[in-house]
Amino acid sequence: MNSNYKSLVQIAAGIKDGSLKAVDVLEEHIARIDARESEIHAFNKLTLDDARANAARIDADAAAGRPLSPLAGVPIALKDNMCTRGVETTCSSKMLANWKPPYDGTVVRKLNEAGATIVGKTNLDEFAMGSSTENSAFGPTRNPLDTSRVPGGSSGGSAAAVAAGFAAASLGSDTGGSIRQPAALCGVVGVKPTYGYVSRYGLVAFASSLDQIGPFTHTVEDAAVLLDAIAGHDPMDSTSIPEALPALAPLVGADADLKIEGLRVGRITDMPEGAAPDVLERLEAAFKALADRGAEIVDVQVPAMTYGLTAYYLIAPAEASSNLARYDGVRYGMRVEAADTNAMYGATRAEGFGEEVERRIMIGTYALSAGYYDAYYGKALKVRRLIADDFAKAYAKADVLLTPTSPTTAFPFGAKTSDPLTMYLCDVFTIPTNLAGHAAMSVPFGNGADGLPIGVQILAPALGEPVMFRAAAALEKAVQA
Amino acid sequence: MPATSDTPKGHQISAADVAKVARLARLDIDENKIEKFTHQLSDMLSHFADIDTLDLSSVEPMTQAYPLSNVLREDTEMPCLNREEVLAVAPAAEDGRFRVPPIIGLD
Repeated sequence: MNSNYKSLVQIAAGIKDGSLKAVDVLEEHIARIDARESEIHAFNKLTLDDARANAARIDADAAAGRPLSPLAGVPIALKDNMCTRGVETTCSSKMLANWKPPYDGTVVRKLNEAGATIVGKTNLDEFAMGSSTENSAFGPTRNPLDTSRVPGGSSGGSAAAVAAGFAAASLGSDTGGSIRQPAALCGVVGVKPTYGYVSRYGLVAFASSLDQIGPFTHTVEDAAVLLDAIAGHDPMDSTSIPEALPALAPLVGADADLKIEGLRVGRITDMPEGAAPDVLERLEAAFKALADRGAEIVDVQVPAMTYGLTAYYLIAPAEASSNLARYDGVRYGMRVEAADTNAMYGATRAEGFGEEVERRIMIGTYALSAGYYDAYYGKALKVRRLIADDFAKAYAKADVLLTPTSPTTAFPFGAKTSDPLTMYLCDVFTIPTNLAGHAAMSVPFGNGADGLPIGVQILAPALGEPVMFRAAAALEKAVQA
Repeated sequence: MPATSDTPKGHQISAADVAKVARLARLDIDENKIEKFTHQLSDMLSHFADIDTLDLSSVEPMTQAYPLSNVLREDTEMPCLNREEVLAVAPAAEDGRFRVPPIIGLD
């Protein structure tokens, strides 16, 4: 973390009380971008002209005594799969390399309305398919804490942008762990809210029943403030939760009562294997930290969790094969000219998609094809039900569950690229949450044997954000103590 | 638990299957990639066989996280995307429409 770092909450408060100028805050972040972005490659596109204009406007509003919006002047980065009107939205794919959406996604509109300064669009694994950001058509992002290592993925650029101090916060999307795993590997907070908590309108679809937008921040309170700003029902997304959502920021702010006496924290005794010893050690330390603060540790079982990987790598590619059918060279993105439409489709898609995207489209198409549907996709949907049912039983005994976020700390480039399954195993602890539609977040909790950060994952049931954030704040306090 | 063995071909996938799937997915991939994907997809399907040990006979499939019903609204005019802006980012457009190569008749 940078020495002149300020949390999102401190920045917003400073600009409001006049002790900080939005322009100065932005220029501090730009100075860090100038110093390190050529090495890190967190961004596909910087939007600094617009950012400077926004910051100047906010300072003028402040000087004139006009009321400021909640995130006024806070520099924020957006994963490059969120539509920004007139600004390239590439999904790190050749297919959309020059595409400028004709509309803003709902989260983008909400951030603009809240006064945030959007500094740029961040790199990702192509169409959010990957766990290391090595699958980007525009080259990988490097982990700011050790540039020989990956930042995780798929939202690797968003995690790196926050860890490197290029932005005070960022947004990512999480289909199977794509916010939480890079947050863990870059030592920041990352939240995958309950499915439907945040509108997906304007988020380029990967697997629609699993995708969810969430924040990357330095602190738990920052994450609550940013999530509050983007959450809520949206008529443009029929899967967004219609009920009013409680504000999370007051639960974890400076004035909040962070007592967790009696909080029931579940230990999954039949958790999938594969976590490194130093990761398991930090998980134990997290249980102890919460127990020391009065939480009750209870054993729970989630036997179907082990089968999450299989269910996910059938369901997500199946949905992707359908969602990505729209990239056909007709309405947007690239086209390879050919004599007829069928030849044009095939040539465009082969040229525009990278290999991992092709692989997932292939698996998904196979799992949905005649004769195999029941054996693969149909079975996976039943396993999804088992997982949700097992979690429901666990949450009858526990308020939240703790697991590792990632089996290991950040790994070197190329370590997992030769065999797709090896990369998929990065998501073993994060995937079950998406299948169940529940909430989860990763909180930095110390370092591994290699000195790189380790994240502890807090799992909560659907709409369990309030209790999840309270547990997260307690862990954050313990690690600072 | 007995395996519910209704999986065709015991999780094996042939190069011909992969080529067929590529055609269904409208992906013109070459021979080398067909061969590579055949190996990789076979490995994945072998791994995915872990769920064959589960008895799923009485389990209802789960297609979404929440039981949602269709959202209906009055059939009235609403603001929508600007046609010129949408066509401006299309690969080819003509007379206010998307332009595509011939669809039939080129066999």
